[in-house]
This record gives sequence, C-alpha cells and structure tokens, in this order.
Amino acid sequence: MISSIVLITGLLLILVGLWGLLTHRNILRIIIGFSLMGTGTHIVTVAIGYVRNGTAPIIDRALDLSEATSRVVDPIPSALVVTAIVIGMAVTAVMLAFAIRLYDSKKTLSIDAFTESKW
Amino acid sequence: MIRRLFTIVAIVSFGLVFASLAIGYTEQQFLRPLAESYVRLVPQALGAPNVITGILLTYRGFDTLGEVAVLFMVAASVGLVLGAGRSPPSVSSEDRPEEARPPSEIVRSGAEILVPLISIFAAYIIMNGHLSAGGGFQGGAVIASGVLLMLLAYPQFQPNLEFLSATESVAGALFVLAGIAGLIVAGGFLDNRILPLGQFGAFFSAGAIPLLSVLLGVKVGCELSVILEKFRP
Repeated sequence: MISSIVLITGLLLILVGLWGLLTHRNILRIIIGFSLMGTGTHIVTVAIGYVRNGTAPIIDRALDLSEATSRVVDPIPSALVVTAIVIGMAVTAVMLAFAIRLYDSKKTLSIDAFTESKW
Repeated sequence: MIRRLFTIVAIVSFGLVFASLAIGYTEQQFLRPLAESYVRLVPQALGAPNVITGILLTYRGFDTLGEVAVLFMVAASVGLVLGAGRSPPSVSSEDRPEEARPPSEIVRSGAEILVPLISIFAAYIIMNGHLSAGGGFQGGAVIASGVLLMLLAYPQFQPNLEFLSATESVAGALFVLAGIAGLIVAGGFLDNRILPLGQFGAFFSAGAIPLLSVLLGVKVGCELSVILEKFRP
C-alpha cells in the first residue's frame, strides 16, 4: 500500500518534469524540469524495492542477522539510487554551467533566442 | 498551437503508460533471490552491518569507481565551460550594482557556528557508513555544503584549488590501489577483505570498507567543492 503511494508520487513527478520540460521556454525552468524527472525516477526505483513490512537493511539491535532476509527491503534499488542521485547532481551542474555560458553569449535565458542549432 | 498539441499528446501517452505501470504494480512479498543473497552475504562474508554500503563499496565497487570518475569528469568539464574565455564580470555587470551587498550578520555568525558542526557531522557520516545509514557520498556532500556556506558567508574566501585537486587525486589513486590490493591478496578487485574483518558491528570492522568510505568521502567532498568554486562569478 505505502509503496504504491510512493510509486504514484514518483510517476507524477516524472510527468510534471516532462511537462515543464516541454512547455517552458526559459532554460533554468527546463533544467528544473530535468531535475524533477530525475527525482521522480529515483522515487520510483526506491518504491519498487519495497518489500511488505520491510525495514532498512542495516543489521543492528533492532534487526537480528537470522531474521534479516525475511524483514528487510530490497537493498539493490537503494544502492542504485545512491549512484543515480550523484550522477543526477553532476548532470545538473553541467547543465547549469552551459546555461551560464548561453546567458553570457546572448544575455537572455529564453530558448527562443538560440536558433543556430535548430533544425 | 501544433506544439502545444504535441506536448499534450506526449504527456497523455506517457501518463497512460505510467498508469498501466501503477495499476499493474504489486508489492513484493519476499526478497528476490539476488537481494536475498546480498542481505545474507554482506554481514557474513564482508562483516558490514549496513548491507547497502557493502553492496556499494564491494559488490558494486567497480560501479562506484566509475561514478567517481564521472564526478571528476564533471568537475573538469564545468571548469572547461566556465573557465577560459568567460567575459569578466566587470563587463557584464551593468545591470547589477558595482559592489555586491555583503552577507548579513546572521549568515556570517551562522557560518561561524555551523561550519565546525557540519565538518564533524560529515566525519561522523563518513566513518559510520558501514554501521548505520551514511557513507562516502553522503558525507562528501555534507562537506561540500559546509564549503558552500563558507562561500556565502565570506565572498572573499578562496578555497585552495591546487590543494583540493591534489587531495582528490591522491584519494582516487589510493582507492584504485586498494582495489588492486584486493585483486592480489583477497578475492578480487575492491574486495574489502584485504584488512581483518574484526568484530561484527565494531567501529573498526568490515575490512577495508571504512577506509574506502573515507577515501570516497574526501574525494567527493573535494570534487563538489571544486565544482561550487567554479560556479562563482
């Protein structure tokens, strides 16, 4: 149940990001759309790793080693998402750097001003 | 008009695909076999209570190495894009005041109090990556947040870029060397059993995982700090 809510939230975030990507003309807003899409995919990935009544896969006083396999959530999506978050941040940094250079060249952030590479 | 129609069609078709995904989704009742073997093997064979850190730094350690390489590449490319040939701010600043407003008293005092705490918290997160939630990437991001606070509170603050680059390169080289050592004395590349596993759950345990966490945290923190510094006008 709880993971369906998380899953639907993530899918909605992807849609919101895609919508922002396609409708806005300001480069900064497009970058925000990209980031929203990325965050949505992270949420979806974590949601599909949920196991009913599972807890965090960390063995400590609250979770004994013998019962670990029956009580934890899937650790693989979590490990993948740690990687994906860092890569998403890196991609955002590169996009912002390009946005700064584009602003320097045309003094505007509207994507309508950059028609040279339009086909 | 055509473009708006195209947008709506794209969003609606994606929405239909996602809706079918959400409807067809059922919660897992049991772990899949691969996840089950990870949950069993990481505490037993690697001695790390945190299964995710064990996967990240040992079973998928090669992937983590590639990710660190991506971060390095991003730092380099941001430097390339924002570095040479960029118009100096004095030319392009006709629409902003000549003298930027100095940071307020609150920001400055807050930075003085928070930066040491942020550093300690980062060290805690990095060093406890194998015991509880945390690890190199998260701790490195916390370090970078401290550097960002310093940049906001002291606009004249100039991080030593050579030092950061050198530290980062040394950490990366040691990470690879630890991986190669695993190839020689243990089971494979980035195997953590090059050091004794120690007592399960103790601070110095889980073989090389705390060491790799520290190297990763230092590297990520330095790289993110360099990226932040490059974004300064």
